[in-house]
Amino acid sequence: MKAGVIVFPGSNCDRDLAVAFERAGAQVSMIWHKDTDLPGDLDIVGVPGGFSFGDYLRCGAIAAQSPITRSLIRHTERGGYVIGICNGFQVLTETGILPGALMRNSNLKFICKPIELQVEKADCAFTSGYELGQKITVPVAHHDGNYTVTAEKLTQLRDEGRVAFTYVDNPNGSTGDIAGVVSKNRRVLGMMPHPERAVDVNHGGTDGVAMFRSLVDSVVAA
Amino acid sequence: MKVRVDVMLKTGVLDPQGEAVRRALGNLGFDGVEAVRQGKVIELDLADGTSEDDIKKMCEKLLANTVIENYTINVLSGEVQ
Repeated sequence: MKAGVIVFPGSNCDRDLAVAFERAGAQVSMIWHKDTDLPGDLDIVGVPGGFSFGDYLRCGAIAAQSPITRSLIRHTERGGYVIGICNGFQVLTETGILPGALMRNSNLKFICKPIELQVEKADCAFTSGYELGQKITVPVAHHDGNYTVTAEKLTQLRDEGRVAFTYVDNPNGSTGDIAGVVSKNRRVLGMMPHPERAVDVNHGGTDGVAMFRSLVDSVVAA
Repeated sequence: MKVRVDVMLKTGVLDPQGEAVRRALGNLGFDGVEAVRQGKVIELDLADGTSEDDIKKMCEKLLANTVIENYTINVLSGEVQ
C-alpha cells in the first residue's frame, strides 16, 4: 500500500504519522503543501497534526487553501482514502471534506494527555481492527478540539453511522462527545486524538496499531 | 478603498472565550455584564472598484467559517462596485 503524508509549514506530527504507516507495512512518501498534484498511485493520504501556518486566522484555515489541498479534494471525490488527525481534522473540516468545525476547547485550556475513546463504528477501513464499543486509550494534544455541529447535523451523523469515536469523558466540549467522524462513503476519517502516537510501547500505549493495520489490510484488499 | 470585515460566532454557538471574558469582568467588580461575545475584526485595503461579490467570496472562502461564524462587510472609504 502506498501512503502519502502532506507536510504544511508548522506540521509536527508528519513523521510520526509516516512511521505509523510504515510499521503497518505501507510505503510512505512525504508531500510538500506547495505541490499541486498528489502522486497518482497513492492509496491513502494522511493529513498530519501540528500547527499549520501557526494556526493563523483559524486552525487549518490557511492550509485548506494550499495548492495541494485542491488535489486532496479531487482525491476524495474519486473515492480515495484520507485520514486527518488533530490539525489534519481541522484542515478537513475547513475544506468542507468533513462536516462541522473545531472550536476552542470549552475550558479554554490546551489539553495534552492520554484519553479514553469508545469505538462507535467498527465496520470501516479505519476501525475494523477494533470491536464495536471497545475502549481504547490514545493521546490528545489540542487547544481547538471542540467539535461543533448543529443538533440536526448531529442527528444526521448518528443516523448515517458516521461517528467513529466518542470520548468516554468529554475533555473539550465536543458536540455529542464526538472525537472522530467519517465521510459519507466511509473513506475519510477525521479525529482529534492521535492514534499515530500510540503505536510503540515506548509511546506508553499501542492502541493505535490496530487502526493502521486494518487500514493497510482493507485498502490492499479493496 | 478600505473595508472592515467583522466576524462573529453565530447566535447559539457557545463562545467559551466570550464567557471567560464575562466572568473576568465580574471578578473585576463590574456587575451586570450579562453576556460577552468575542469576534474578529479584519481590515482590508482593496483596489478601488473591487466588487461586493468578490468581497463576499473572500469572506465565504477564507475570512469566516460559515459553519460557525457570521460576517458583516463595512465599507470604510471608497466605493464598492
